[in-house]
Amino acid sequence: MTDPRALDPILAPRDRTDRPDGADRTARPWNDDLPHDERYELFEVHVLAGGKIEPNDWMPDEYRTAVLRFVEMHANSELMGVLPEREWIMRAPTLRRKLALTAKVQDEVGHAQLLYRVAEDLGKPREAMFDDLLAGKTKFHNVFHYPTRTWADIGIIAWLVDAAAIVAQQALRDSSYGPYARTMQKICWEESVHIMHGRDVVVTLMTGTDSQRAMVQEALDRWWGPLMQMHGPRSDRTKDRDLHWRIKAKTSEELRQEFLTIYVPRILELGLTIPDPALSFDKATGEGGEAGEPGEWRYTDPDWAELRTVVTNHGPMSEERLEFRRVSREATAWVRAAILAEPRAVA
Amino acid sequence: MTENGDRMIDEGGPVAPAADAITGVLEPYEVFRQEKDGDPMRHGGNVMAPDAELALHYAREMFGRRGESIRLWVVRRADIAVLEDLDLLQPPLDRSFKKPGGYVMRDKLAAARERAGTAKPKARE
Repeated sequence: MTDPRALDPILAPRDRTDRPDGADRTARPWNDDLPHDERYELFEVHVLAGGKIEPNDWMPDEYRTAVLRFVEMHANSELMGVLPEREWIMRAPTLRRKLALTAKVQDEVGHAQLLYRVAEDLGKPREAMFDDLLAGKTKFHNVFHYPTRTWADIGIIAWLVDAAAIVAQQALRDSSYGPYARTMQKICWEESVHIMHGRDVVVTLMTGTDSQRAMVQEALDRWWGPLMQMHGPRSDRTKDRDLHWRIKAKTSEELRQEFLTIYVPRILELGLTIPDPALSFDKATGEGGEAGEPGEWRYTDPDWAELRTVVTNHGPMSEERLEFRRVSREATAWVRAAILAEPRAVA
Repeated sequence: MTENGDRMIDEGGPVAPAADAITGVLEPYEVFRQEKDGDPMRHGGNVMAPDAELALHYAREMFGRRGESIRLWVVRRADIAVLEDLDLLQPPLDRSFKKPGGYVMRDKLAAARERAGTAKPKARE
């Protein structure tokens, strides 16, 4: 028999925050039974100092809801994001491209699985998330509401859409919600291969025939608008609660600037034309780039009305994609039922 | 006098349970530890214990004595499902398309630049 108190905390909750030995903050004092406001304050101190929150921690409802909304939208986007690409698996030009595209689609669905797990732990059942997605109550990223017309679209999506996404995802590897941050580390590693695959597709086409090169330019012309809209309109840093709680680290404009800084030179290198005559780098203003050096990208204001139309499921392919999801969910219902069913004797 | 002082003198009676009365069995428990806030849980080692509660005590002694952990997960080894078949985990097939090294673009990029008449972009930083 062990002493029942041997694993009890040594210090009372209130004495645990400021340790005289300056040791790592090991206490998680907001988990103790305190009045709500006191807990809330201790929670904020921890998060604002860069601390992580784990699933078993107490957290304010507002934080739980904010992380859930963010992760759920991300999970939805991974799940719906494979639909434009899967249409090209059977039409991939070589066996190796078919394998690579299949692997990418498989990876993205895997990311959806990982992210739905993170979201489930926050208290919303997976089936409820699927219900809401199909009912249009939750959203998925704008870029997945458009059709994929040619093989060049597959290159542009894997290269530039994934690149724009990874810029955002890398900034999430330090999210205050621990399970999300760790999941993003795995996801970013896999996404980097998708970008290589996409760039390889584009570069190969750009060394091909005139019509192949024209096909890439045509795809870039169609995708540039949605790409520039993808991170969302400029927002006020001080009013953004996701930033305040360090659920995410960068504003939409910071992400867009970073994307442009890395990818504009790589696009131009291939002899492609970016369909925005106003696009230029202004060295005199702003603080563009990761290094915080002066200068920022100028560009034509993205079509925010289009973004709003598209993400509220009024995009060119929104209905078709959701219908596909609805049908495949019904078609696979028996698998989920079989997993949970009572085992039955088989003769 | 002690509480059971009368037992201090060997009177020939049973002072310890007979060997065949020991029913507990020591079992290995695997210990996972988190070193600092936000880190993944990493395998630290294992302890032998007759039950989950003692396993926690031992784990605390072995992996928390110097303040080197902020969280421990202690799991009965028998409860861990293991997969280590390399035919499944590392199939002997060419999967290079799943790895960055599977895409070597240097020559293709140079050809694309030549075709476009562009220069190599300056390296960032």
